[in-house]
Amino acid sequence: MLIKKIVGFFTSLRLTSVLLGFAIILVFVGTLAQADEGLYAVQANYFKHWLVIGFHMFGKKIPFILPGGYLIGTLLLVNLVATHVYRFELAPKKIGIQFAHAGIILLLIGQLATDLLARELQMRFVEGETRSYSDSTGEYELIFAAGNEITAIPASRLQPGAVVSVNSLPFAVHVKSFWRNSDVNFRAPMMANAAPLATNGLALSFDFKPAEDVKAMDQRNIPTVVMELVGKGGSLGTWVASVWAGEPAQVEGVRNYYMQMGADMAQKIAGQLVVPQTVTVAGKTFTFTMRPARVYHPFSLTLLKATHTVYPGTDIPKDFRSRVRIDNPQSGEQREVEISMNHPLRYGGYTYYQYQMTQGEMHPGEQSFSALQVVHNPSWLTPYIGCGMVGVGLVIQFFYHLSGFVTKRKTK
Amino acid sequence: MKKWVPALLTAVMAIWFLGNMQSPKDAGFAFGEFGRLPLTANGRIVPVDSLARNSLLEIREKQTLNTEPWKAWNEKPHIISATEWLANVMMNPAVADEWPVFRVDNPDLISLLKLPEKDAAKKSDGKHYSWNQIQPSLEAFDKENERVQKVEAGNRTAYENAIIKTHQRLGRYAQLKNTLQPADAQDWPAELAAYEKMIPAGVAAIQAQQAGQKYSQTNFDEFVGTIRRFQYMASLEPPLILPPNGAREWRRVGDALLDAPRPNGVAIDEAVRSYARMTGALAGNQPQVFNEALQHLRSLLGPDQAPALSKAQAEVFFNRMEPFYNAMVIYILAGLLACMSWFNLSSTLRRTSVWLIALAFVIHTVGLVYRMVLEGRPPVTNLYSSAIFIGWGAVFLGLILEKFYQNGIGSVVSSVIGFITLIIAHHLALEGDTMEMMRAVLDTNFWLATHVVTVTIGYASTYVAGFLALIYILRGVFTKTLDADTGKALARMIYGIVCFATLFSFVGTVLGGIWADQSWGRFWGWDPKENGALIIVLWNALILHLRWGDIIRERGLVNCAIFGNIVTAWSWFGVNMLGIGLHSYGFTEAAFKWLMLFVGSQLLFIGLGLLPARLWQSRALRAA
Repeated sequence: MLIKKIVGFFTSLRLTSVLLGFAIILVFVGTLAQADEGLYAVQANYFKHWLVIGFHMFGKKIPFILPGGYLIGTLLLVNLVATHVYRFELAPKKIGIQFAHAGIILLLIGQLATDLLARELQMRFVEGETRSYSDSTGEYELIFAAGNEITAIPASRLQPGAVVSVNSLPFAVHVKSFWRNSDVNFRAPMMANAAPLATNGLALSFDFKPAEDVKAMDQRNIPTVVMELVGKGGSLGTWVASVWAGEPAQVEGVRNYYMQMGADMAQKIAGQLVVPQTVTVAGKTFTFTMRPARVYHPFSLTLLKATHTVYPGTDIPKDFRSRVRIDNPQSGEQREVEISMNHPLRYGGYTYYQYQMTQGEMHPGEQSFSALQVVHNPSWLTPYIGCGMVGVGLVIQFFYHLSGFVTKRKTK
Repeated sequence: MKKWVPALLTAVMAIWFLGNMQSPKDAGFAFGEFGRLPLTANGRIVPVDSLARNSLLEIREKQTLNTEPWKAWNEKPHIISATEWLANVMMNPAVADEWPVFRVDNPDLISLLKLPEKDAAKKSDGKHYSWNQIQPSLEAFDKENERVQKVEAGNRTAYENAIIKTHQRLGRYAQLKNTLQPADAQDWPAELAAYEKMIPAGVAAIQAQQAGQKYSQTNFDEFVGTIRRFQYMASLEPPLILPPNGAREWRRVGDALLDAPRPNGVAIDEAVRSYARMTGALAGNQPQVFNEALQHLRSLLGPDQAPALSKAQAEVFFNRMEPFYNAMVIYILAGLLACMSWFNLSSTLRRTSVWLIALAFVIHTVGLVYRMVLEGRPPVTNLYSSAIFIGWGAVFLGLILEKFYQNGIGSVVSSVIGFITLIIAHHLALEGDTMEMMRAVLDTNFWLATHVVTVTIGYASTYVAGFLALIYILRGVFTKTLDADTGKALARMIYGIVCFATLFSFVGTVLGGIWADQSWGRFWGWDPKENGALIIVLWNALILHLRWGDIIRERGLVNCAIFGNIVTAWSWFGVNMLGIGLHSYGFTEAAFKWLMLFVGSQLLFIGLGLLPARLWQSRALRAA
């Protein structure tokens, strides 16, 4: 009896309708909230979450509880599968609908798999450079390098007040402050500056301060940490490590910002930003910085030529195109390929998409760089298959009805 | 006799349409011929005629110029073509600066610019002003503009938006004035000749000055002064009007003038001199000299420019045809007839409306296909063309419904949606060139043809279902014409169209995901435009499930379908107004106001639909 009730509940069209209704509300609310919270925060808090507790609308916080994307998706999945199992019928008038719903099940599972398994990375290089790794677009790491030995501490461990000790390091990292997003300012000499954030290195020439999380889709948070390194014999000093200094693209951004003070000055400031910070313990020197987390590939790509064309007499981009060489020492492969908008390269389990580009000739003093979006998504095929199934199913159903309708009218 | 009415009226409208297409013969100055010259603007080859129309649309919101707007229509105000206006802006600014071409509506801006109010005696209509009227207040305007530019777009007031808009219009005008000659030229042919003569001495003076040798100060100053003028001219980035000359691609007159004295520069094009001759002739009122120079200019376009020339001519023909405007007019007429047919149930009226819709649909289709051929693209490339295509799809579906049911309902849906979408397109065209080039990521005919077209058909069919539902409510609540059979037939139509819409919006949305996966590696990014499309799919699916579960019946279905109108409008326009995400196009305040009005009206209809049956005119009839 109880089982029958439960089955009845999970196979009911009412449940489907309620879930679809909530899905509509969630997507609508999640779209509006993007204006206040930014795309990434909304993805994490609304769509990739079980419950949404309080949401933003037109700049105001609304204290309602909504089911999140995971909850709706899971229940829909249960609803669909249960209905399939209990109501399956091999009849011509049902075949299309059943096929379409099977496709939807696949789409839901595929999307869940993508959420769990896919990684989005970036590879950014100027002409002539070779890269054998990709950078994470949202995760960062604090690294200490002694020669070829590199120790990486994920930024997620750098909570304020935390003490991070790693076996390969002869000191502990005491986190004073950690800012998920930060601003940087040059401490101009002869100006009335506040006291520096730390007693050593970078902090002497630059000020960092916390900033609000970014909202736009093409922007990223740039974290900074203030830390004290403590060895066995006591404190080694405090330092600042920041992605502003550790990621070439950000350094370039700072340089461009200070162009208003003249090209020489901008170059000097950018140069100061990348002066290596070091700490020496027991004769061993560690260079450290903060940078996007890296994923190493067993092959490398070299950017041979970056081409950026615009329509004549305008700034409207017409084409972005990168010619790269793949060097794979394992397979002995060495070949050139072209990556352009809408024509990605699929290689070694990763897909490389043309993402951004600047052309040196257009901005004197800058080198042409090309940024590739690098995606690893083992379930990338599921939407293709799922969509195909739903499409075919709906078409079958549609023609089944249409032919019924037309015959009915003719016999009338 | 009655049998022939539909065909007769359709023939009349067809003749009216074809008659409008005739281009008037040039008398005096050959402005029509001038309009057919190709040039490069917005990154593509366009005829002068298109540049003129698009610029005038942007500045004056019309494709023609009324030089005496203070006169009522029956006083025969003087109206000139866009090309004649542009010719004068580029070659005879002394006259063009007097024409009231800038449309200014905002009262605060009118008083800031110290412009006259409506007063026929003082030759002012209170809306359109000339450059010469605005120019004295430019200092005050620039000060305000500088302040307003720093205000974030979303936070601007109506007045501040008017400042921005007028700033753009003034900029466009300055650009056009500097296309063929420096805007401040007094006698351009003579100035050009003097410059050409001056080049060797000027170059020598500059070289000597740089080498630290003795040089002629007069030559130096004069040459540098002229160069500065040309630099300013080129810096405004006017259209590239000089055709390729063997050594250089399409380029600006300013760039050609600056290029000539350079060590590896190319001599000034013959075209520059021809245009200068035309300038002198227009200012001196010598049509024959003007026309001869124009002929000479055309002969300069080498055989390699034949495609550009024929493309330009094809586009001029398209501009003259104005298929979407004409189709819109016929849709209105047809819609009125179809509505009337409900009341006296005359089959002649109904058949006439179907014939007229068919004619308008043919014109609409011709326009759509012509545009596709001109652009070399699938039908939908931007918001403007999406409006045209949604209208086209909806009219097509409406005609099919009419063929099956023959009850005047399909015709009303066709004509009303046809009319509304074309009027939306008309307003979207005010933003500028509607055939702009596609940004790199969108530059793929395959995805434009599959994803965009499918998703747009999904929009169109959701609207058809929604408008059928509106008819149900209107006829049910306010008239006695909705009997049980008509009601059932309408509900069946709505249900069928919702199924169709589910199919297309779903497939279209997923194809969009696949495109995203192909071009930036992400099948689904929760971008506002994607979410908008997803909501349409979910809403249509919800309607179907509610109906299957018998949770809603006939009236519930009708009300849900009306809500579909809101959902679609949100996805089509609303999400663009959020200003976030990869798909955003930017929006105007006016569009937001209309969207809110539309949403409000639909909610009102749903409210009517929820009224108890005894308040319905038709239900009362059925009960009796």
